[in-house]
This record gives sequence, structure tokens and C-alpha cells, in this order.
Amino acid sequence: MPKEILRKEAEKLIEAGAQVLDVLELSEYRESHLPGAVHIHLRRLAEKAREKLDPTRPVVVYCHDYA
Amino acid sequence: MSPRAASRLESLGFRAVYDYAAGKADWFAAGLPVEGEAAATPVLGKLVRRDVPSGRLDEQVGDLSRRAEAAGWDQAVVLDDRGVLLGWLSQDALRSDPATEVAAVMLEGPVTFRPNEGIAETASWMDTRQVRSILVTSSDGTFLGVVRRQDLDVAEPAGARAEA
Repeated sequence: MPKEILRKEAEKLIEAGAQVLDVLELSEYRESHLPGAVHIHLRRLAEKAREKLDPTRPVVVYCHDYA
Repeated sequence: MSPRAASRLESLGFRAVYDYAAGKADWFAAGLPVEGEAAATPVLGKLVRRDVPSGRLDEQVGDLSRRAEAAGWDQAVVLDDRGVLLGWLSQDALRSDPATEVAAVMLEGPVTFRPNEGIAETASWMDTRQVRSILVTSSDGTFLGVVRRQDLDVAEPAGARAEA
């Protein structure tokens, strides 16, 4: 089960080289995203995940907020 | 949305998946770096003055006042051990009896702003209330610094706002 993390841990993981995944709409990603984040919309995850991300390395996933 | 994405990634064979559920809103509210078209938009976090003097609840006003004067500030903030904002001292409060405890004269629960808030909206808010400076904290209450009213005009002159 994926581990839910808070900001401090997200910062540490990203600083240590974790991949960052934004699953929001493309327009939202274009407007603003976390540094280095890759964009794959939730609906296209199965199709694109292995193309854009390395499954052997940590991934930090985010959307807008808890909603 | 991110919990579903994180679970899906795991089902696709990803080994170490972390769900940052508080997400983009939380990251931006902490004033952390942003990429994308909005990165060029002026926000409060870029104007924060971080050298405002800070003190503890139980110290004497005289000590904090001396530090503020030496640093060229006419205000000070009160923080806990984790850097969370507890109160604010105005110039008048800093002139209180030096032996008084800071906690007795500070303003409790001052209004705070997030670092990702817009310049024009904040300037308008300050003008309406004739406020000279504001306190900026992250969403978890950590104090980031002070933004002065005149700094907002430098970042986004009044003419530029009118044309926007």
C-alpha cells in the first residue's frame, strides 16, 4: 500500500532524487507544478507510467490537495 | 486523486510509491519552488524579509527590543521552538516596560498571509486597512517573514496593476 507522506518527507525524497508525478489536468500542470515533476493524467497512468517513469526508483505522487 | 494514482502505480509494478496527499496547494503555501507558467507571477513569498527579529514567550521585552533596534526593525515576532508564529510586537509593544514578559504585550493570533498569495490582492487588502506590513507563514504556521507595503509596489507597480 502506498505510504502517505507530508511535505517535509516529500521535500527529502525529492531532494534525494525521487521521481515526481503530477496527475492533474495538463492545463493545471502547465500553469504550475513541483520542480521536475512529470505529468501523466490519472486516466492515462497505465498507458504512460512505464514510458515516463522508472519503476525501480521512488515516486512521489501528488494532485491538488486532499480532495 | 493522488491515492488512486499511487495505488495504480503500485499495481503496475512500481516499488516505492509515496502519496503526497496534501499536494500542490500545500507545497505552494509553504513558499517552495514552483515550475510552470505561474512561476513568473509575483507572489508574496518572493518579497519576504526574513531578518525580522524574533523572540520567545518568556523572555523580557527589553531584550527583544534591543535586538530589534540593533537590526533596524520597529517590530518583532514571537516564535515557538519549531518556528511557529505565536504573536507579534508592534513598535509600541517593544517600548513597554523592559522587564515585562513578551507574552504579556504581544498581539496573539495576528493575521497571516501565505507565500503564494498575489501581490495586487494583498496590496489592496493592506491599503483598505492602512496596514504597513504583513506576516507571512506557511500553511502549518511556520513563520517565513514580513512583507512591507512599499515592497509590493516595487514588485508590481500600480500602473502595471491597472493595466492588468
